[in-house]
Amino acid sequence: MTPGIVPRVTPSAPSPSVAALRARFGPAVERSLVSCGDTIVYLHRDHSHEALGWLRDAPGEEYTYLTDVTAVDYRDPERPLEVVYQLRSLGRKADLRVKVALDKRQPLEIASVTDLWRGADWLEREVYDMFGVVFTGHPDLRRILMWETYAEGYPLRKDFPLRGHFSRAEQTRQALAGNPEAHYSLEELSIADAYHELPADMRERLRRGERGFLK
Amino acid sequence: MGLTNPAVQPGGETAVVSSISPNWVTTRLDFLTNWARANSLWPMPFGTACCAIEYMATAASRFDLARFGMERQSFSPRQADVLICAGRLPFKLAPVIRRIWDQMPQPKWSISMGACASSGGIFDNYSMVQGIDTIIPVDVYVPGCPPRPEGLMYGIMLLQKKIRGESFTDETLREEKLVGPSGLFLPAERVDELSEPFGNSVHQTRSA
Repeated sequence: MTPGIVPRVTPSAPSPSVAALRARFGPAVERSLVSCGDTIVYLHRDHSHEALGWLRDAPGEEYTYLTDVTAVDYRDPERPLEVVYQLRSLGRKADLRVKVALDKRQPLEIASVTDLWRGADWLEREVYDMFGVVFTGHPDLRRILMWETYAEGYPLRKDFPLRGHFSRAEQTRQALAGNPEAHYSLEELSIADAYHELPADMRERLRRGERGFLK
Repeated sequence: MGLTNPAVQPGGETAVVSSISPNWVTTRLDFLTNWARANSLWPMPFGTACCAIEYMATAASRFDLARFGMERQSFSPRQADVLICAGRLPFKLAPVIRRIWDQMPQPKWSISMGACASSGGIFDNYSMVQGIDTIIPVDVYVPGCPPRPEGLMYGIMLLQKKIRGESFTDETLREEKLVGPSGLFLPAERVDELSEPFGNSVHQTRSA
């Protein structure tokens, strides 16, 4: 073996965080499994925010970095939609995957974790855009990839046709009716709102700046 | 060219091919203007994907677009002659390319570079325009995924050939084809027809 290269170990034992979660939250931890060396914990929706906050802050857990928030819709219509949180502890160099199952017969709602990890903002917007999962408590839950007037639904759901619901002519018509100068970021909007409270030099910079929203 | 014959009403009931009949003077003038236009095309690159990489290679020293009078890349539509859409065009960018096309002054032409810009390519899905000819008029389609620089240069030379065949006596040539009251620049049936699946795409069903 080449010196200096650490062999890749695929752990088969679950992460110790699972036992700690079970001890702390009991039945809110629905099940856990190890897949390809990664520990996956299924949490109940009502306790997901509390448990994720605990995973972030509790000594010995310290999952301070939220790598990704995404969702999975399975082809089986009976199977619930799963929201996936990929956590990483930068200090302990440990990973944990947390999944929350959402019954498709009920409204797809889950508590937002933007108050725990600021980086969840756009990730949750993307999940909302593609799957229609509503994150309660999110500061700015709007579409992020599709334009805001997109009316065809949520494209990554399995019941969404590959080419969309509308005819190509209707899709083209709606796209051409879009406003290419729409404001997409909350920062842009809040700067525009607070324009008259800004210092004079910044007002001047914005007035002749390349951003198109200030006349 | 703004030359009209006051004796002939444009858009009248008689089908007027040209209000000025071509003669020795007009064809000599055409030859001069077309020679100048064809050899000083300023491209407006609209690069969205991997075709843009090939476009950059075409413009760089080995293939050297400047040999064809394309010395200046115009990144402003106001000073551009030919819009080169290099790459796939999602619906979200459709109003953007349409506005850029509308901002370009006449005379103007467009090249659809690559399979995705010409037909949607492998992206026969909910988010992709199935050929930019449903959004803007296209003069030359360059096939390839992505086309090699030689392919793009061949397309440019075809466009130059097309320009050399133009005549200012043909008034329809410089007409702006704007988005109409229907919200489209082509009839809706034509857009649907152009966007029909073909090739392997026909085996995909519309439902799931």
